[in-house]
Amino acid sequence: MGIIEARELVKKFKSITAVDGISFDVPQGELFGILGPNGAGKTTTIKMLTTLLMPTSGSAFVAGFDVYRQRDEIRESIGIVFQNVALDLYMTGRENLEFHAWMYDMPGKLMRDRIKEILKLVELSGRADDLVETYSGGMRRRLEIARGLMHRPKILFMDEPTLGLDAQTRRRIWEYIRVLNKGEKITIILTTHYMEEADFLCERVGIIDRGRIVAMDSPENLKGIIGSDSVTLDVDSGDCGLFEQLGFVKSCGKTGGLFSLNVEDGEGKIPEIMLFAQAHGIKVRRVGLKRPSLEDVFLKFTGTKIREGSGTEEEEEEETGRQ
Amino acid sequence: MKPIKIKAIYIIWLREMRRIWRFKSELIGSLVMPVMFLVFLGLGLNGAAVPGIPRGVSYIDFIMAGVIGMTLLFNSMFGGMDLLWEKEMGFLKEVMVSPVSRLSIFIGKVVASSTTSIIESVMILLLGMLLGFKFPDFGRFMLTLMFMLVTSFTFLGLGLAISSRMKDTQGFPVVMNFVIFPLFFLSGAFYPVEALPGILRPLCYFDPLTYGVDGMRAVLIGVSSMPPILDFAVLSLFCLAIILIGVHLFETGSDIGN
Repeated sequence: MGIIEARELVKKFKSITAVDGISFDVPQGELFGILGPNGAGKTTTIKMLTTLLMPTSGSAFVAGFDVYRQRDEIRESIGIVFQNVALDLYMTGRENLEFHAWMYDMPGKLMRDRIKEILKLVELSGRADDLVETYSGGMRRRLEIARGLMHRPKILFMDEPTLGLDAQTRRRIWEYIRVLNKGEKITIILTTHYMEEADFLCERVGIIDRGRIVAMDSPENLKGIIGSDSVTLDVDSGDCGLFEQLGFVKSCGKTGGLFSLNVEDGEGKIPEIMLFAQAHGIKVRRVGLKRPSLEDVFLKFTGTKIREGSGTEEEEEEETGRQ
Repeated sequence: MKPIKIKAIYIIWLREMRRIWRFKSELIGSLVMPVMFLVFLGLGLNGAAVPGIPRGVSYIDFIMAGVIGMTLLFNSMFGGMDLLWEKEMGFLKEVMVSPVSRLSIFIGKVVASSTTSIIESVMILLLGMLLGFKFPDFGRFMLTLMFMLVTSFTFLGLGLAISSRMKDTQGFPVVMNFVIFPLFFLSGAFYPVEALPGILRPLCYFDPLTYGVDGMRAVLIGVSSMPPILDFAVLSLFCLAIILIGVHLFETGSDIGN
């Protein structure tokens, strides 16, 4: 039993299938990430779970409520931070939060206290009475996070929370997300196409490609599937299979003039590998060491590198949806 | 039937009031066009004999109801189509994912924008005094307000209905040319509809603004083509029908929240 349960969710836009049978559970209090390239169906999945889109088929329960029939109940239990800014730029930060509080039927006293508390959390107290128009990208994002938390939701959905932010701001946002998850005990679902983000933040990651979940586990376990380090040798000639005589080499692959050897503790094994190569008359020009990353996991499951598209997923989906 | 949330309606209204207060110059700016109509048409044609206008009624008195009708039409239609700007800004998503029924959101928008339209209309009445228009007594003023309110609701409903089915603001000029201007010219704002040739005249009676302008003219200066009570009845029927259609389109518009 999870606070979110999705079963075989499908969303079709005319001829395009954006989400093609996704199933997953998220237990209460987890920080769950949906990782995938632009256009993989992340935003569409989030939109179905947050009642912005009706699924074509499948079922989903959010906070125990049905996405088809209990949309208002879901709306009261969740907070959303959208991919594209959804603030009123011509209101102040405080007014944006007030608007939200009234829409969610918060009592006046509670609202004022909460606004004070939440502004402090995202460090915007000093700018609360300026028009949002004058805020930087990072401030706007922080205000959106604050707004998503105003009504103390059980679940916070964040769609690409750090898209387009600089590295420093991204770090700060990551810290907030951790505090929220651990401190305020909020279940958080976020989508991202940044590997480091999923790796750094999420307890569990679902990798999604072309509308399907291709792998789902903790970042550590996912990287464990790739297993070991990879030592690459740039060589003139020679037989790659030779290296398998070394007991610790699990496998060896050859691409072009490059051998890549799968080994545990690559750093410690490099000297032995070099001696072995020398002894067998293989001249090594360069040597490299690669630790497994989610990028490799992604590569393994999808056969492609994660694409760094310029457009946002939303735009792409709308494009395709219109055809 | 989803419950109507008064708090949500209030905050949508308050947001609009904050906005017009913050951008006062915009409000003043939008008065320029109707005032120019009053000044240049009103004063320019004041001595002219316009067919169908009874003797002894000055042209400026005659077109006051028309200029107010025009203001209500334009403001309310644009007020309704504000939805598309909010969609482009992204803010509409925030409104649409809140646990507030679409009916409440619709009512909030109608109440908010009609307040703005009526404030502008009353300012035009006041500015008209500078040009020699006699401000109505209290009773007639209240009757005028009633007509203003129903006229405003009607075109807000129409604006919201249209924008519920539009993807973005690209279609604005089309709506302007094929909806707003025809409604305006068919309404008898600047001359009695009786002056139009027989083929065009029946169209006037399908234009809600005709009844709004005629009714306001009746209560403001006592001149009208139809009895004001009939004007009010027909206008209210139009309003009710358009609002019902508007609510339906708004509630079922799948594009609105995305």
